[in-house]
Amino acid sequence: MAGADAEADAEAGGTGTDGNGPREHGRRRFLTYLVAAPTLAVATSIGSESAAPSKARAAVPSPPAPADILDLGDVLILAGKPTSGLLVLKIDEEGTVHFRLPREEVGQGLTTAVAMLVAEELDTPLANVRVQLDDARPELLFNQLTGSSNSIRSLYGPVRHTAAAARARMVATAAREWDVRPEDLSVREGVVVGPGGRKASYASLTSAAAGERTEELSGELTATKPESDHSLVGVPTSRIDARAIVTGQQEYTLDLDVPGAKPAMVRRPPTLGGTVKSVRNEAQVRGMPGVLDVVAVETGVAVVAETFGQALDGKDALKVDWGRGTVDGLSDDGIRKKLRAATPPLVVPPVLTDHTDAEFDFAFVSHAPLESNSAVADVRGDRATIWSGLKSPIVAQQTIAAELGLPQEKVTVHVVQGGGSFGRRLFFDAALEAARISKKSRRPVRLMWSRIDDMRHGRMRPATHHKIRATHSLGNVISFEHRVAAVETDFRHGLGEILTANASKLPVAGNATLAQSLFLTTVKSPYNFGVTTQLLGEVPLRMPTASWRSVYSANTRGAEEIVVDELAEKMDKDPVEFRRSFLKSARQRAVLDKVAEDGEWGRKLPEGFAQGVGFHEEYKSRTACLVEIDARDPKEPRVTKAVIAVDVGRPVNPRGLEAQMLGGLTDAISTTLRAGLHIEDGLPLEGSYSQFHYARQNDSPRDVAVHVMPAEEGAEPGGAGELGVPAAVGAIANAYARATGTRPRSFPVNFDVDFDPFPR
Amino acid sequence: MPTHTFSVNGKSVTVDALDDMPLLWVLRDMLGVRGPKYGCGIDVCKACTSHLDGRAVNPCVVPVSEADGGDVTTIEGLADGDTLHPVQEAWLEEDVAQCGYCQPGQIMAAVALLRETKNPSDEDIDAIANVCRCGTYFRIREAIKKAASMMG
Repeated sequence: MAGADAEADAEAGGTGTDGNGPREHGRRRFLTYLVAAPTLAVATSIGSESAAPSKARAAVPSPPAPADILDLGDVLILAGKPTSGLLVLKIDEEGTVHFRLPREEVGQGLTTAVAMLVAEELDTPLANVRVQLDDARPELLFNQLTGSSNSIRSLYGPVRHTAAAARARMVATAAREWDVRPEDLSVREGVVVGPGGRKASYASLTSAAAGERTEELSGELTATKPESDHSLVGVPTSRIDARAIVTGQQEYTLDLDVPGAKPAMVRRPPTLGGTVKSVRNEAQVRGMPGVLDVVAVETGVAVVAETFGQALDGKDALKVDWGRGTVDGLSDDGIRKKLRAATPPLVVPPVLTDHTDAEFDFAFVSHAPLESNSAVADVRGDRATIWSGLKSPIVAQQTIAAELGLPQEKVTVHVVQGGGSFGRRLFFDAALEAARISKKSRRPVRLMWSRIDDMRHGRMRPATHHKIRATHSLGNVISFEHRVAAVETDFRHGLGEILTANASKLPVAGNATLAQSLFLTTVKSPYNFGVTTQLLGEVPLRMPTASWRSVYSANTRGAEEIVVDELAEKMDKDPVEFRRSFLKSARQRAVLDKVAEDGEWGRKLPEGFAQGVGFHEEYKSRTACLVEIDARDPKEPRVTKAVIAVDVGRPVNPRGLEAQMLGGLTDAISTTLRAGLHIEDGLPLEGSYSQFHYARQNDSPRDVAVHVMPAEEGAEPGGAGELGVPAAVGAIANAYARATGTRPRSFPVNFDVDFDPFPR
Repeated sequence: MPTHTFSVNGKSVTVDALDDMPLLWVLRDMLGVRGPKYGCGIDVCKACTSHLDGRAVNPCVVPVSEADGGDVTTIEGLADGDTLHPVQEAWLEEDVAQCGYCQPGQIMAAVALLRETKNPSDEDIDAIANVCRCGTYFRIREAIKKAASMMG
């Protein structure tokens, strides 16, 4: 995880960008360098020189929404443009390819997809490629943020150019040694093959191929394979870490052996944001078995012990006087009232045409990754080292450095593979807290949040309220208005580094501006519904929130898909036919047609069962979902079958893409039917999976089919990580509505407090 | 401090710990056996699922004293050297894992099920209550069925 080759980076980063000028690949251009190193090392800039807007083609046009022209991924790609941070690929003397990935892996399959891109361009077996998560590298600025389904989109070009340059260098080296033309050589399985069957492995060539000085490579030397020649990219491939996972060898943050690091847990306040006033029984807790230290930090009182079991006992035994929190006394009813009051008004009068009005409520939802918030911190007088699952490690490093009063370069932040995220690990709450505890306790610590704390004090998707009005006349939808009110989503991680993170903390523009930008660049309607407007109003409550897989789209587009079904019914059309006639493109209709056909849309089902369908398009990708639900008992519904079609333009790993869609489906089943958080007197009631009802095997369909649509000529990969949720939310809600003859308006639909909350 | 002797993955171990210390922390913090994961500490997520004398248990709620004289098997002890257990093989073939954090527990639960029930029905599989927050349930189901057929 450590082992960053700072020397190579510094040299590469210091090289100018003059020379042969940037090369174009598709819409984007990249600069590639040969890096001075003992074995072959090649580097490419991540930021693109240009990104062309996509054009919306509308038969009955709706003016393009901002997200049609420039989505959040484009914003991030453009924001990264001026940076000099480079992606570095090295080949060692065993022929093993090492690629340091400035992103986080949390189960989304990124390391596998990137390894496939590298192996493809290098014509070397996938097993020869190692992908290592990069430490925080501040020079990467905006280019070390893992989010917005952006990783493959932003890395597809640069990773391939880097690997292509390495391959070209290997071929040129063999050609020189054999005194033949490079065009007469080929590469198979990491071995350069020449006339008469001469062979030289990458392992044997890498020293001779190495650069003596860092220099920019010309365009021919970094030209990538035509996509029509791909033999691995586009082929379903299993995860590169699958064997480590099934044998228990995959290491997460608290599985690391950091010498001397002691378990630490924190007793947290009875309400969100509460403060520590005093500890009444510190001496008693210090005397408990295994307890090493008790220290108060901003977020609570930490107990450091020999084992987590002892730290847990110690924290439970603490008696603490707490100060007020940030939302004391506030409960769901009060939050609902604030949301209704904050919902921007609808403006189209419903008097002259037929119209459909609907209002929706969505509850708070925990991210609840199975690996709770955790970090290892070793803070010394003059330096600090942090290990944690981090999607924005640069801003983590910068914030922790400022907090500890250390220069940024004295804080090393190692990014560790995470046990799930769903948006949670955009924030570095555990890393910062662990650093504070380590500093106060003067020892390295391994911090783990208890599940109860993780669910109650960890971050959550904000509750939202929605007002939708669609007017229609003579078979056309004339206007479609959607007004959303949301408890503030915390975007104070910025674009992953300190400048925008600080900008997002400004009182006037700040987080609210970033929220509006995010809303406008991610949420759009895929339908030709005439005048379409979508507006966000935020309620700035200080609660621990964060983007949750698909940010605003799960609720916003989910609600719209419900209204689409109701519009179809009013206009006496079949929901699939209705969508077909209002979708904007053939590729949109293709995924819908696929699920309708494969899922036998319209087939007869017994009483209490029904089908439902939903569509969503985001981050240059599109998907349709068809489900069947058994809602004979409306309190115990079960999705029995799901058929999903997904078109990401160009799938890199269809097997990983299917997994992402399966995950999005399960998220939608959970949050639509049963999983949410109740807020009571300033704290979520739910404290574990026995109370926050995330789906289990017996909530999950026994029949799931995911169809990955073939690559589109000339297309680059679209986003995939968040895509699956919104369409499935719509499909499940629509199926539930049809099966039960109800119009669900509040989600999750079954949301009783069916448990005794844990003590605060 | 009481002493407890039992075997972990075929090796005899002796630890000094209070009788009621959960086995999970003995394994993870005292013995460095870190395949079993913490997810809830109260036997609801089941990420730590391991075997005690061949049956599935959740070490987060098993006092170490209950392990005395027993055989504990964790995910690390499931394979026979480099030869994976058929359930692990099936997990690879179905590419079940996403983040992977719950999968050691899922696999140990599946192995325990298949030990009792050679050809589990969908209802039998539904009874596995281990949480997978990535939502891999369908692939888990397919992998269990594949493992059942591999184990014949």
